[in-house]
Amino acid sequence: MNLPLSAAGSLALSIKDLHKSFGPIEVLKGISLDAREGEVVSILGSSGSGKSTFLRCINMLETPDSGSLTVGGETIRMLPARNGKSKPADIAQVDRVRSRLGMVFQSFNLWTHKTIIENVIEAPVHVQKRPRKECIEEAEALLAKVGIADKRNQYPSHLSGGQQQRAAIARALAMRPDVMLFDEPTSALDPELVGEVLRVMRSLAEEGRTMLIVTHEMGFARDVSSRVIFLHKGLVEEDGSPKDVFENSRSDRFRQFIKG
Amino acid sequence: MTQPGFLDLLSFGPDGWSKALLAGAWMTILIALSGYTIGAVIGTFGAWAKISGGRAVRVAADAYTTILRGIPDLLVIYLLYFGGSAAITSIGRLFGADGFISFPGFLAGALAVGITSGAQHTEVFRGAFKAVHRGEIEAAIACGMSRALRFRRIIAPLTLRHALPGLGNVWQVVLKESALVSITGVVELLRQSQIGAGSTGLPFDFYLIAGLIYLAISTVSSIALRQAERHFSRGVRRG
Amino acid sequence: MDWQFTQETFLSLISALPLTLSLAGASIVLGAMLALALALARTSGILVLDWFARAYVFVFRGTPLLVQIFLIYYGLSQFPAVRHSIFWPVLRDAYWCAVMALSLNTAAYASEIIRGGLLSVPHGQVEAARACGMSRLMVFRRIVLPLAIRQALPGYGNEMISMIKATSLASIITLMEVTGVAARIISETYRAIEVFVVAGFIYLAINFLLTRLVQLVEFKLSPHLRQPENAAQAVIAGDAR
Repeated sequence: MNLPLSAAGSLALSIKDLHKSFGPIEVLKGISLDAREGEVVSILGSSGSGKSTFLRCINMLETPDSGSLTVGGETIRMLPARNGKSKPADIAQVDRVRSRLGMVFQSFNLWTHKTIIENVIEAPVHVQKRPRKECIEEAEALLAKVGIADKRNQYPSHLSGGQQQRAAIARALAMRPDVMLFDEPTSALDPELVGEVLRVMRSLAEEGRTMLIVTHEMGFARDVSSRVIFLHKGLVEEDGSPKDVFENSRSDRFRQFIKG
Repeated sequence: MTQPGFLDLLSFGPDGWSKALLAGAWMTILIALSGYTIGAVIGTFGAWAKISGGRAVRVAADAYTTILRGIPDLLVIYLLYFGGSAAITSIGRLFGADGFISFPGFLAGALAVGITSGAQHTEVFRGAFKAVHRGEIEAAIACGMSRALRFRRIIAPLTLRHALPGLGNVWQVVLKESALVSITGVVELLRQSQIGAGSTGLPFDFYLIAGLIYLAISTVSSIALRQAERHFSRGVRRG
Repeated sequence: MDWQFTQETFLSLISALPLTLSLAGASIVLGAMLALALALARTSGILVLDWFARAYVFVFRGTPLLVQIFLIYYGLSQFPAVRHSIFWPVLRDAYWCAVMALSLNTAAYASEIIRGGLLSVPHGQVEAARACGMSRLMVFRRIVLPLAIRQALPGYGNEMISMIKATSLASIITLMEVTGVAARIISETYRAIEVFVVAGFIYLAINFLLTRLVQLVEFKLSPHLRQPENAAQAVIAGDAR
């Protein structure tokens, strides 16, 4: 299934006017983003631009103060909370939506008390309640795909950072998510291990996966993504194809950013 | 009457005390296990109260651990043994019974040991929970695990693994503390040794044997605990 | 709660406080000396001493304190040689037996705390002292011990609190310290809760004061870990002397 990247598929993810403050600091000042199926969106920005917070709001690891969030046509229902912010109306709905989003963390966050294969089948078996046998078969295929099939029975602490991150990607894929979210997936890795993770991500992009990637890897953003977004101080400063953004940016800040 | 030698005391024959001492040791283990289990249950709630309870609950849990760490265990045993007896005597009086009803020593002892070790369990569990890497919990949230599932599959097993060394220490403390329960008249290892010492006039021999049995129990359990730790901590790194 | 009863109980218990404190004080001091010797034996590198200290710690930490107390108080009198020795006046006395058992017991725990402190002293500190010509003894006295004590103090504070609590076991061999008196009043009146509250209050108060005292000593001993202003003042104060 090799979708053309420019295909105007249906909306996989729709975010409208997202706001988020931590105490007095407003980190996100109204961000909207529509991602179509098969789109690979790189989110760039200097530290403090709110890009990680934005990604964490999408699967409600941080609860947005206001704004709406629609994943695969299902909008998360929110209620006003006592402090003037909002809170999810239905936790079960949030959990359901979360299982359609695959999250890859900067620090991998593999469960240290479970082997690699146990990590991969945990959510499919216990959250999605799929048959164990099927999950194991699928997990083995995913581990082979990310190139660590031989590590299936090892514990995360026995793997290198690059291998751990690839296992974490397999774990996220095992839930058959509609959208994959990557939160600086290579920032915690030694330089020589970055390549192996980026290669896996590139192959996912080529399969036509919908992906949102917060990253510092400019080359990857330029070559692999179908769209680049540049956040600055909690607002979208640039949004377009990599070619447009990297070559014809009207934003001084972005030109400054890619130079530095 | 000739005094029996040290080895005669250890025989299983009619003059030997081995059977009685082993029965006492078994009672010691039962008291310790019961107290430890009660303590673990209290500790679970205590840690929960300290970690995610509201203000009032947290203050109560802090008061509990502070008080129990500051007062002698013996005092707690007296409180439960005499206090319990007074309570059931007055309840008995309501139902027309007169005279003194004594609170079962085993129950008072196990409860007292449980209440004191509960304070230690609370701290062990709380520390272990804090040692769980925040990211592993986030990963569980991110793949849509419900609160209950998250606790059962990720938080509880990880916390338990971090808690194992501390839990082992608490067990050793509880084992030794169980000797205090002898004052309630429960015939555990120390009480049995007192009985033996009294009836043979050989206190040194009996308390020495008791000490050796305690040492044996604590050594065997520490070996077992270390094995368990090795088994359950596969893959878990400790900072 | 019966106010008058509480008051009377408090007065009876407070009159037993000196015995509690004297038991704790004597055994903490004696125990500390023994503990230091054990810790030195353990870190000496001399195999015999090392193994002796290990065995000591293993035995005293692996058995209940009450068994140790009984072994000394009741057990030793089994031997005619002990009863006829010059030590008998001491060994027949419950107070000294309790002090002895408590000291031997705390020494096992405290020696591990002190050993931890000794091991925490960075090797460079010792080398620097050796380099400026200090003798081994002087290095130990002037450099290693102060650093080790500072490091071991918080743990030692907890051990002292354990000792205050442990003195309660002396009541089982007839000594009427606070818990002993409390037990007597409870068994006479069956008002366990009131007596427990008063006795508990006394123990908590002692331990609170003890904790504060240890914190104060800790503060005094660690000018190098404090804010620079304070350290500067300490230097000035030192100069003025």
